[in-house]
Amino acid sequence: MNDQTRVRGLWRNGLEVFVDNRLALAGVGIFVLLAAFSFLGPLFYSSDQVHTDLANVYLSPGTAGHPMGTDGVGYDQLGRLMVGGQTSIVVGLAAGLLATVVGTVWGAIAGFAGGWVDAIMMRVVDAMMSIPALFLFMLMAAIVTPTVPMLIVIIGAFAWLGPARLVRGEALTLRTREYVLAMRGMGGTGGRAVRRHIIPNAIGTVIVNATFQIADAILYVAYLSFLGLGVPPPAANWGGMLSDGLSDTFSGHWWLLYPPGIAIILIVLAFNFIGDGLRDVFEVRLRRR
Amino acid sequence: MSLLRLVDLSTDIALRRGAVHALDHVNLEVRQGETLGVVGESGSGKTMTVLSVMGLLPPGGRVVNGQILFDGRDLLAMAPDELRRVRGVEMGMVFQDPLTSLNPTMRIGAQVAEPLRVHQGVSKAEARERAVEILRRVGMPRPDKIVDDYPHQLSGGMRQRAVIAMALIRSPRLLIADEPTTALDVTTQRQILELIDDLRDEFKMAVILVTHDLGVIASRADRVAVMYAGRVVETATTEELFRAPRHRYTEALMHALPEAAQGREGRLYSIPGLPPDLSQPLTGCRFAPRCRHATDACRATDVPLVRAAEDHLYACLHPVTEAVTFAPRGAGEARPAAASEPILSVRELVKEYDAGGKGRVSAVAGVSFEVKAGETLGIVGESGCGKSTVGRLVAGLEEPTGGQIVLDGTDIGALDRRARRRMHREVQLMFQDSYAAMNPRMRVDGILTEPLEIQQVGDPAGRRSRVTRLLDQVGLPTRALERYPHEFSGGQLQRIGLARSLALEPRLIVADEPVSALDVSIQAQVLNLMRDLQSELGLSYVFISHDLSVVDYMADRIAVMYLGKLVEIGPASQVVRAARHPYTQALIDAVPSPDPGHAPSPATAIRGELPSALNPPTGCRFRTRCPLAQDICRTEPPLEGGLHQVACHFPLREEAAAARP
Repeated sequence: MNDQTRVRGLWRNGLEVFVDNRLALAGVGIFVLLAAFSFLGPLFYSSDQVHTDLANVYLSPGTAGHPMGTDGVGYDQLGRLMVGGQTSIVVGLAAGLLATVVGTVWGAIAGFAGGWVDAIMMRVVDAMMSIPALFLFMLMAAIVTPTVPMLIVIIGAFAWLGPARLVRGEALTLRTREYVLAMRGMGGTGGRAVRRHIIPNAIGTVIVNATFQIADAILYVAYLSFLGLGVPPPAANWGGMLSDGLSDTFSGHWWLLYPPGIAIILIVLAFNFIGDGLRDVFEVRLRRR
Repeated sequence: MSLLRLVDLSTDIALRRGAVHALDHVNLEVRQGETLGVVGESGSGKTMTVLSVMGLLPPGGRVVNGQILFDGRDLLAMAPDELRRVRGVEMGMVFQDPLTSLNPTMRIGAQVAEPLRVHQGVSKAEARERAVEILRRVGMPRPDKIVDDYPHQLSGGMRQRAVIAMALIRSPRLLIADEPTTALDVTTQRQILELIDDLRDEFKMAVILVTHDLGVIASRADRVAVMYAGRVVETATTEELFRAPRHRYTEALMHALPEAAQGREGRLYSIPGLPPDLSQPLTGCRFAPRCRHATDACRATDVPLVRAAEDHLYACLHPVTEAVTFAPRGAGEARPAAASEPILSVRELVKEYDAGGKGRVSAVAGVSFEVKAGETLGIVGESGCGKSTVGRLVAGLEEPTGGQIVLDGTDIGALDRRARRRMHREVQLMFQDSYAAMNPRMRVDGILTEPLEIQQVGDPAGRRSRVTRLLDQVGLPTRALERYPHEFSGGQLQRIGLARSLALEPRLIVADEPVSALDVSIQAQVLNLMRDLQSELGLSYVFISHDLSVVDYMADRIAVMYLGKLVEIGPASQVVRAARHPYTQALIDAVPSPDPGHAPSPATAIRGELPSALNPPTGCRFRTRCPLAQDICRTEPPLEGGLHQVACHFPLREEAAAARP
C-alpha cells in the first residue's frame, strides 16, 4: 500500500511537469491523431488495398471515390496512407522497444559487472557498430524475405547498440554513487543495488532514449522501403510510399509524394517532442524550480 | 578614502515564477589598502555582493537598485567597453575551487597571462615572461617549469596560487577573494592567507575576503561586514566586532562555534530554525524568527543600521551589551574514562591500492587503535592522510590489505559472507553529503526503512513505527516521511542521515566529516544532536574530520594521521593543548582562531606539499616537511607512550603526568 502511494506521488508530480511542456503535449496529440487515422480510419473509410486497378491510375485528388487520388497501380491513396501507417507505427514501436529492452539489459549487465565481463560485452557492441547499418540491412534483406515481424527483428538487431552504450555509461556512474555505497554499508547485495537504486535512477534515460529509438525505427522502415528492401506489395508503409512517390516527382503527381513524407516527419517529430518532455519529467530536481 | 563603495545595492535573481531578492539595500565600503571581511552563512548574499560588483551574476541575476562606486565612478552607469576594462584590469577575483576556475586544457602560463593578452595585447613571449615573474611572486616553486604544466599536475594549494597569480598579473587595485581557502587543508589555508596578506601590502591593493569562517576573518581582516538574508546587519573593525558585537546574529554565530563551548560537557549554542526564503516579501528584522531576544517591534518595523561607534554600525533593536569572550578552555580534565571493554580494536591495519603498473599507493600503513563503548574517537588529518579510508575499512566497505579489525571480540576478516552481512548491524556510516548518500527517487520513509529491509528486521508495520520513532529522535516531524531528499535543507538531511545510521541500533557509528558541509549554526545543531543521542543510546563514534576545533569538541580521544600513519593518539585535551608531534602542533597552529588577539607563531608553519603516497618517504613520513628532522628520522619511530602516544624521535614535550597510567 505504502509503495503504491509513493509511485503515484512521483507520477503525479511528473505529469504536471509534462503537461507544462506544450511541445510534449503537442507530440502526444500528433501521435494519437496519426494512430487513430491509421488504425481506426479503415473502419470509416474502406478501400481495396489488395487488388490493383489499372483502369484508374494516377487519378487526381478530388476524383469521385478517391478524395486523395490514386497511385500508379490504382490503389486509393487515402486508404493506402492508413494501411501504410499501421505498418510504420507497429514496426516503429515494436523495433524501438525491442532495441531498448535488449540494449538496456546488455548495457546494465556490462556496466554493473565491470572488469573483463564489461570489456567483452562492449567489444561486441563496438564490433557491430563498426559495420555500416545500411550494409547490414541489405545483407539481411537479401537473405530473408522481409515480413513485418522480420523487419522488427532486423531493425531491432541493429538499433540496440545505441541504448546499450548509453545504459552502460549510466550504470558505471550510478555504481559509484554514495547511496549505493551507503546501501552496501547496511549489508545490501549487488542485486538490491541494481533493483532499488541503479534501475530507478537510469529509467529516465532509458525511457527518453526509447522515444528516440521509436522515431529512428520508423525512419529505418522508411530507408529500407526506399531501397526496395521493405515489405513486398501489396503491403504498404509510409517509407515505401514515399519512395514510389519520389519516382513520380517529375510527372506532377504531388499527391503521391507529400502526404507520406509529411506523415513521416510528423510522427518522428511527435516522438522527439515526447522524449524531450519525458526528459524534464525525470529530472527530479527541476520540479521545485 | 574609499576605493569601492556600494550604495543601496539590490540584486534580484529571476526564477521561473517570481524572483529571489538576493541583496536588499546593501551598503559597504572598502578602503585603499585594507582587507574587508564579508562573513555570513550560505544564502546570506555575501557571494552575490561580490558577483554584482564583478558583473558575474548567474543567469536571471540583475542589479535592480543602487550604485557601485569604484574610485568614485558608478560601474552601473559606465559604457560597456570602459566597464570591461575596469572590471578586467583594476579588479581581480579568486574563486573557491581552484580546479574549476582553471581551464584543464590550457597551460598554467598561458592561463595566468591571458588577461594581459586580452587587455594589453602583449606578445606571447612577453606574456610568458610576465607569467613566470608573477608565479614567482606568489611563491610558486620552480615557476619557469610550472608555467608549462597543466592544472591537473598541481596540488590544490598550488592551483590556488596560480589563480591568485592570474588575478594579480594586471596589478589590480581591488582583489576579491570568494572563500579562497574553503577547499584547501588548514596548513595550505594558512599559507594562502599569508600570501594574500603579503601581496596586499606589496601591491597596495584593497582586498574583499568573503568567507563563512569567523576564524579566517578574525586573523586576516581589518574590518568586517556581517551579512544575513541579503542584508548587512553589522559592520565594524575586526577587533571591535569580536570584542563587542552588537547584533544578536553576530553574537549567535560566535556562540555556535565549537571553540565557544564552555567546558567539556557544555552544549553548543545553536540558532533554531532556518534562514528566511528570500523570494517572499519580508518585513521587520530578518533574523527575528530565529532570535531569542526578538519582540513584536522586531517583527513589525524595518530595523535601520545605527552607529555604535566610529566605524561600527549595526541593525538591531536589542543589541548585545555584554562582552563575548573566547576563554580558551583550560587543559581540561578528561571525561571519566569509559572503563568498559573496547568495542572496536584495529591492529596494524594496512590498505594499499594498485596504481596501474606504477607501483602501489599506500593509503593506510599499519594503523592501530581502540574505541571503547560509549566513547568518541576523533581522527584528524589533511586530505589524503587516509582517515576516510580507515573509516571505510572499519565500516566493512573495503577489504584491508593487511591487519585485523576486531569488532566486539570477533575478527571481521574471519567471518563468512552471511555473518559479515549481519556485522553491518553493529557499524553504520554517516556521510558528509547526505544528499549524495540518498537515492533521489526514494522518499524519506523508503530511505529509512531500507536498512531494516536489508537486515530483515521486523515486519512492515514494525518498521513503520520504528521509522517514525527515529524521525522523532532526530527532531523531525512525521510529515517528513512523505517527502523526497531534495526538499530538505543541508542540516535536515544530515539529521535524516543520522536517523538512517541509527535504524539498525548499531553500537558504533563511523561519521566521515558529518558537519563539514554545514553552516556554523546548523553544524551546532547536528553536533548537539549527535552528543545527545550518544548519551541516550550509549553509542560509540569514530568521528573523522579535518576540522580540529570540531573534533576537539566532540571527541574523548583524538588520533592524528599523516600520510597513512598514525602519528599521535591520546586524550583530546592533551592532544590539542599539549601536542607532542610536530605535525599535530603545526595543524593546531594553522587553524585560524576566532580571537583576533591570537597570532599564530611563524615558527611552526610547515612548508611544502604533502608527498605522494605512491612512494612515501621512508622512516617517519613527516620528515620531509618537519622542522626538527634529523638523520635518525629515516628510521621509523614507534608509537610510544601511555595514554598519550606519539610516533616521533623528537617529541615536543614529555607526556603529561596526568595522562600516565
